[in-house]
Amino acid sequence: MKTYDIVIIGGGPAGLAAAVGAKNSGCDSILILERDKELGGILNQCIHNGFGLHTFKEELTGPEYAARYIEKVQQLQIQYLLNTMVVEISPDKVITAMNGKEGLMEISAKAVILAMGCRERPRGALNIPGYRPAGIYSAGTAQRLVNMEGYLPGREIVILGSGDIGLIMARRMTLEGAKVKVVAELMPYCGGLKRNIVQCLEDYNIPLKLSHTVVNIHGKERVEGVTLAQVDENLHPIKETEEYIPCDTLLLSVGLIPENELSLEMGNEMGKVTNGPIVDESLETNIEGVFACGNVLHVHDLVDFVSSEAETAGKNAALYVNGRKAKEKMHLIPIHHEEGVRYTVPAHIHPENMEEKLTIRFRVGEVYKNAFIVVYFDEQQVFKKKRSFMAPGEMEEIILRKEQLLDFPQLEKIRVRIEKE
Amino acid sequence: MYDVIIIGAGVSGTACARELSRLDLKILVLEKEEDVCCGTSKANSGIVHAGYDAVSGSLMAQLNVRGNELMEEWAKELDFPFKRTGSLVVCRREEDMPLLWELKERGEKNGVKGLEIIEEKELKEMEENLSCEVIAALYAPTAGIVCPFGMNIAMAENAYTNGVEFQFDTLVTKIEKIEKGYRIDTEKGSFKTKYVVNAAGVYADIFHNMVSEKKIEITPRKGEYCLLDKKAGNHVNKVIFSLPGKLGKGILVTPTVHGNLLLGPTAADIEEKEGINTTEEGLKEIREKAGLNVKNLPLGQVITSFAGLRAHEKGHEFIIKEAEDAKGFIDCAGIESPGLTSAPAIGELVAKMIKEGLNPKENKKFEGRRKGILFPHKLTKEERKQLIKEHPEYGNIICRCEMISQGEILDAIHRPLGAKSLDGIKRRVRAGFGRCQGGFCTPKIMEILATEYGTEENTITKMGKESILIMGRNKDQL
Repeated sequence: MKTYDIVIIGGGPAGLAAAVGAKNSGCDSILILERDKELGGILNQCIHNGFGLHTFKEELTGPEYAARYIEKVQQLQIQYLLNTMVVEISPDKVITAMNGKEGLMEISAKAVILAMGCRERPRGALNIPGYRPAGIYSAGTAQRLVNMEGYLPGREIVILGSGDIGLIMARRMTLEGAKVKVVAELMPYCGGLKRNIVQCLEDYNIPLKLSHTVVNIHGKERVEGVTLAQVDENLHPIKETEEYIPCDTLLLSVGLIPENELSLEMGNEMGKVTNGPIVDESLETNIEGVFACGNVLHVHDLVDFVSSEAETAGKNAALYVNGRKAKEKMHLIPIHHEEGVRYTVPAHIHPENMEEKLTIRFRVGEVYKNAFIVVYFDEQQVFKKKRSFMAPGEMEEIILRKEQLLDFPQLEKIRVRIEKE
Repeated sequence: MYDVIIIGAGVSGTACARELSRLDLKILVLEKEEDVCCGTSKANSGIVHAGYDAVSGSLMAQLNVRGNELMEEWAKELDFPFKRTGSLVVCRREEDMPLLWELKERGEKNGVKGLEIIEEKELKEMEENLSCEVIAALYAPTAGIVCPFGMNIAMAENAYTNGVEFQFDTLVTKIEKIEKGYRIDTEKGSFKTKYVVNAAGVYADIFHNMVSEKKIEITPRKGEYCLLDKKAGNHVNKVIFSLPGKLGKGILVTPTVHGNLLLGPTAADIEEKEGINTTEEGLKEIREKAGLNVKNLPLGQVITSFAGLRAHEKGHEFIIKEAEDAKGFIDCAGIESPGLTSAPAIGELVAKMIKEGLNPKENKKFEGRRKGILFPHKLTKEERKQLIKEHPEYGNIICRCEMISQGEILDAIHRPLGAKSLDGIKRRVRAGFGRCQGGFCTPKIMEILATEYGTEENTITKMGKESILIMGRNKDQL
């Protein structure tokens, strides 16, 4: 059986940055397993720009951003296997994978980094009634068809859901010659980034209908139209507002689900809100030596944050392999997400094992204007930051400092909450 | 002139075709869709019923019990997935207990073996997620689950390799009595035949009424379903029924042979024979009622919903006989539940009728066994290693949710009556059936289909006809 110090599951932005992080922290025995025919993951189909503003201080397209990391991986001579599907990871870190060339193989690892990314929620998960004709695509599938294969999945488009991929695809379909009739969003606020609403919808006069949903799909062979309806404050469709919109395609951009089937089978504990593994300050899961980063951990908006998170995971995996201090005896403090905060990553931390600064990322549950992010150590307020605008579609972060935490040796919990004025 | 033309390539039609292929006959199956298993046969509960529901002495009861008996042998011979899981009809109210006993009595009269009334404690041990309100259940150990597509496709393939012809995308428009038989007009020409087997599902009344004055009427009775992720597949291990009501057996909860959990069906009589749309009310009803008998249902794990149409005849009885005033025209009409279970017995019965009429010789070349598609996940690790070594395409995973490789997809395309569309692939190997519902594999499967058929991807369909997946090239109309 082949043995590596670190095996990284997934060669997208998270896996690549994790590999670079691990290598730069002194680990030489690294293998990336990628199921697609090339490295880069979903970035390869994201041909629009807007990537890399934080990481490289310049605006790149998805493939360009991926190429930066792929080059690094190649320069650092990190090994990778393409077209390779991981079938199973055992709790003692034996990975079963296969491809057409090497066949079915078993690889043993000292540390595993989970970087499998996420998938799109399908129509079935939404229970939209109607027929099941051709012409219903998740936005990402359409993105692949258009951007990688040059095919136009439809000409008259309705988009349900205002996630970033849906917004990006509204613009892309328009540029390729399709007519995007409307983007409907169930919630009273947009699911994607503000900049995407401006650059992808407003600039192209594509209407965004908030508090609207698709209540019926028409057409037996190919989509012929959808019925759109406004929803009330309980998100129930209002019958009188139903409107038939002829179209040949329905694109769905209704949420992303971290792809954690492998993690679940190997026994990782999952966060109920994130649907990703519960991790500590090292981005280490409940299984020692198993780390997670990127969209498999929690869905991100910006790849830049995926990269920095993943480098941290890689670095910590390298520290683990090279014999870091055992954590069992260290004080573990839970981070409680309270009022307005849906979750935090990490979910608990060992201050003793922390670096000087630790980034805590989270999402809010609704739209806030002029509200405060407030952190308490038990009952004592230690941090308060005013934010003029916060929305569920944009990830928030705060920084915890080690020295600050070490001042509270008896600390029982850290609480993060949103407070209004 | 054909000896037999079968209208419809669903489970009834293909079961008849398979049984008739034992005889030295010239047989043609006409199907209006692009593939087998496109109507009622593709959207149902996938249950092999024990046989206690149907009225004692009815043809339905007789064929149900016989079909159930045959299922194991057919599954083995034809290599399709079948599991005898047993079923429970659960009772939640003391006052309904007599109904449960009545069901047991009826079942015994129908010849169902091993029926037992099970009470609370033992019941909870048998099925831990039953609702706390359940007080007793009728246990039928002979009930089971089957893959309806797998079964339908297997019967069709076997019939085909034994000489039965199939013609798809061929809608029958007219049937006329001629000397010594019938002339069947279709969109693709006319065919003459001595015998007609009318296995047209919800359309059986239309064809019957073309040749007979004794009119029948088939009402499409819609049943909606929700399918849950495999993570929920172990929530129950038997088929869980409610006590039967006026419109059918109520909403059941069952594992599927592939490890998902299935909830449904609703029951609503409709007019439209192609009305397979799901409805807001239907999906709501499933969500509300499925939880009455089974607790903690993970409804958040629904991956798809769908609807099928039962071919309901008002007498609620199978009509499997030669039409009284149309000699040589054999109906398989009113085949609603337990039609899937009964299919092998329906095939047997129809073949017997035609054998008596035509007195043909045996088909000496008949081979009853059929080898299904090779699924590598059923092999040992060593066998799988060997397979990929010899056929690298089995190492190339296309559908990541169901872990289906290119090898299986190629097999689905190239075998007898192979898949031509995305849904054809899906029904044969489950690619696109998983939790992402084809999100990742659709473009890859389109590419494989286009390559194998030597065509462009813009001709590839979801399910034949106008169901094209791609409308054009980028910027082609700018």
